[in-house]
Amino acid sequence: MQQYEVTFIVDPVLSGDEIEGTAKTYLDHLKGEGCEIVHEEHIGLRQLAYTISKRTTGIYYCVEFKSDSGTIVPKLELALRRDERIMRFLTVSLDKYGVKYNDDKRNGLIGKKRMPDEEPVKAKESDGKDAPKAAAKEAKAPAKEEAKAPVKEESKAPVEAEAEAPAKEETKVPTAAAVTTTATSEEE
Amino acid sequence: MASRDDIKFLSNPKLGQKAKKYCRFRKYGIRHIDYKDPEFLKQFVNEQGKILPRRITGNSLKYQKKVATAVKRARHLAYLPFVTDLLK
Repeated sequence: MQQYEVTFIVDPVLSGDEIEGTAKTYLDHLKGEGCEIVHEEHIGLRQLAYTISKRTTGIYYCVEFKSDSGTIVPKLELALRRDERIMRFLTVSLDKYGVKYNDDKRNGLIGKKRMPDEEPVKAKESDGKDAPKAAAKEAKAPAKEEAKAPVKEESKAPVEAEAEAPAKEETKVPTAAAVTTTATSEEE
Repeated sequence: MASRDDIKFLSNPKLGQKAKKYCRFRKYGIRHIDYKDPEFLKQFVNEQGKILPRRITGNSLKYQKKVATAVKRARHLAYLPFVTDLLK
């Protein structure tokens, strides 16, 4: 099961219904071929960085889908190429990091500091570590957990930076994270 | 009399040292570079829209290649210009 992502730009001169119809055509096309639509995003009207066929704006759509075999891709691209309403398109096969990134982005994790789904993992880790140790070391444990918490928290900060791209904040915030990461890795 | 500790440098001796460059993707654990995020990608191109070399961005080879791919994809989809002036 490979996951793909197709982004295409629809001509903005068309009416709203036609634009939606265009996107729907391809969704139906994909579904008809037995693909599982993971996500469909209407990015909306954007200023193009350069003119394409005398248009300065375009309506962006992004569709993520899963397909067992890649045979759908050439068929889809042929259809997109023949369609006059489509100004540009790009099909990309996503690796596991790409899939994760898109999932996180959809769940609103990118652009925020904390990752909720990391919490259970953190709890497990600390359990596994602290269990064999005697209660006498309890005093140490909370300190450790404290040290860990910011690591998990802030290691996701760059993802936020990736979304928002404030160069300064990026350099400032996670410096502590880097330090703590090395500290914990030494402990392990 | 002035002791050794009292001696002050006229200028900060650390001023001339440059901060060591590092790969931000490795440092912060960014594994995927999104081509649909032109604001992020603009950090890796110059004012003319050219991809900056590794010796300036400090990226590791692995991620420099990914950045280059993402920038090229963004150009194709008109998120970034191929050539321009005063991009930033």
